[in-house]
Amino acid sequence: MADVADGASASPAKQVIYCGICSLPPEYCEFGGTTKKCEEWLQKNHPAMHERLYSQDAIEANLSTLSLDAQKRAAKDAEKKAAKAASAAAKEEERKASSKVIIKRVERNKRKYVTEVSGLEAFDLDLKKVAKDFGKKFATGSSVTKVPGGGEAITVQGDLSDDIYDYVTENYEQIPEDNVECVEDKKKKPAS
Amino acid sequence: MFKKDISPGAKSKVKSSVQRAIRTKITETYPLLVPHIDEILPKKEQLDLVKLPDRVSLYALGSTPLFWQHMDDPLLPHLTLVHKYPTCFPLLRIDRGAIRFVLSGASLMAPGLTSPGGRLPKQNDKDGVGPEEYRYGNEELDEGEVVVIEAEGKENACLVGVLRMGTKEMKEKKKGVVVEGGHYLGDGLWKMGLD
Repeated sequence: MADVADGASASPAKQVIYCGICSLPPEYCEFGGTTKKCEEWLQKNHPAMHERLYSQDAIEANLSTLSLDAQKRAAKDAEKKAAKAASAAAKEEERKASSKVIIKRVERNKRKYVTEVSGLEAFDLDLKKVAKDFGKKFATGSSVTKVPGGGEAITVQGDLSDDIYDYVTENYEQIPEDNVECVEDKKKKPAS
Repeated sequence: MFKKDISPGAKSKVKSSVQRAIRTKITETYPLLVPHIDEILPKKEQLDLVKLPDRVSLYALGSTPLFWQHMDDPLLPHLTLVHKYPTCFPLLRIDRGAIRFVLSGASLMAPGLTSPGGRLPKQNDKDGVGPEEYRYGNEELDEGEVVVIEAEGKENACLVGVLRMGTKEMKEKKKGVVVEGGHYLGDGLWKMGLD
């Protein structure tokens, strides 16, 4: 949430810190399923708050308000949630590692080309926005198009495969360079 | 209401006359916000209307979500706004045991509010009026009113919704659904990015 900056000193608006991992206020992290990571994040970024929330006293005070039975159920539930979150995260990681961004040069009309970029959506990028960025960067037409096999790709006018390769590897750090691939529809490589 | 992750739909600018109407509506529904209204919704700023699935519309200022509305239901504040001005809305409190259900999207049930850890208005007669108790107000709330639910032992609110049952009825019955389909911490609306 990007509202940390706009609070003037005179305003009565309360500034709330949000966890960088699960985006909830840190006091609710224990219900999120990624408690461990959240705790580490808090310790690193707001040690004072960490002290207050994760001290022995605080934990005991939390437990004492619930009956034993309810405690057990809550603990079991939390465990299940944590396991689910962990497995989801692992899956996501794997998906990202295995998915590829393919930059393809397609011949449109003899010496005219378009460049098709597919696979960006696997890296949580909004295709519409990326297309806009491409268009701005390369000063060409750029749009999101449907691919015959299902799914969507970005089509950029002009032969830009090398430029896009550089741009993607440089600007989107969540995409590892090894996962970006240039493919030509024709056998000859374009002169760079 | 936002159990699943949602993605924002079309974003359009709100006409200035409509913006004025929204402004008056907000001050009518939440009179306590009047001193802060210029800060929340500066007169000159362009308000955006973002369409969300299920006929929900969200009013946002730049990338800050402010209020959301389901069809013609009352305007409900986004939780980030509630966190900034926690004392400007009618408050209720739930006990600790109920938090995990609320955060996973269940309807809020009356026992969460009537148990010792919960707080309803007008409980201070017997407990004595402490400054901490005072914030839950003296007026009984009726069905259909917008409430902010905070949690025992927590500073920030965790749910915003419309009451399905008056607080008086709750105290008598101690059973049944109190808030349904609200906006809770960690739901789709909360996680949605607006840029």
